Amino acid sequence: MTLTKAELADLLFEQVGLNKRESKDMVEGFFEEIRTALERGDCVKLSGFGNFQLRDKPQRPGRNPKTGEEIPITARRVVTFHASQKLKSSVEKLSYAGKS
Amino acid sequence: MTKSELIARLAARFPQLVAKDADYAVKMILDAMTDSLSRGDRIEIRGFGSFALNYRPPRMGRNPKSGERVEVAEKHVPHFKAGKELRERVDLAE
Repeated sequence: MTLTKAELADLLFEQVGLNKRESKDMVEGFFEEIRTALERGDCVKLSGFGNFQLRDKPQRPGRNPKTGEEIPITARRVVTFHASQKLKSSVEKLSYAGKS
Repeated sequence: MTKSELIARLAARFPQLVAKDADYAVKMILDAMTDSLSRGDRIEIRGFGSFALNYRPPRMGRNPKSGERVEVAEKHVPHFKAGKELRERVDLAE
């Protein structure tokens, strides 16, 4: 099952004792604070989970795959995520039974 | 921004809560995300992005020190794809 904001909010409601409204706002605030930091150009380091970093990519030549027409891909800033050693080791020993 | 700065910002957003709640909530969210990926489940956060696992098949590697060939077992690695809102906000912010 996919983890979404709704499940995270339920968890805060059940385990942290926040009310429904606060749980929902806390989850929203968590992701919003990370977005705001990245928007400011700050990288975000969550120890034990991973780092969100920013990369500035220069303009490069591209192509419209349909028409073959050459169009430049403009310079842009993108977010990259680097999982911590702890997160990497907890997913790599994932059991293969029933999963591919 | 570090985890403790994130906790401080969240605590400031919710003045009606005790500071410990923000601390506990952040740990809870990160643990739930780690658990979900460890089970092989995806994470999908609208406007932020999704986390999934990529499969790496077994391969023959080399010990860079001794040059000896070693078998590297198959594994999964976490992968993050930024969502539309995050992508746009980060790119426009320059």
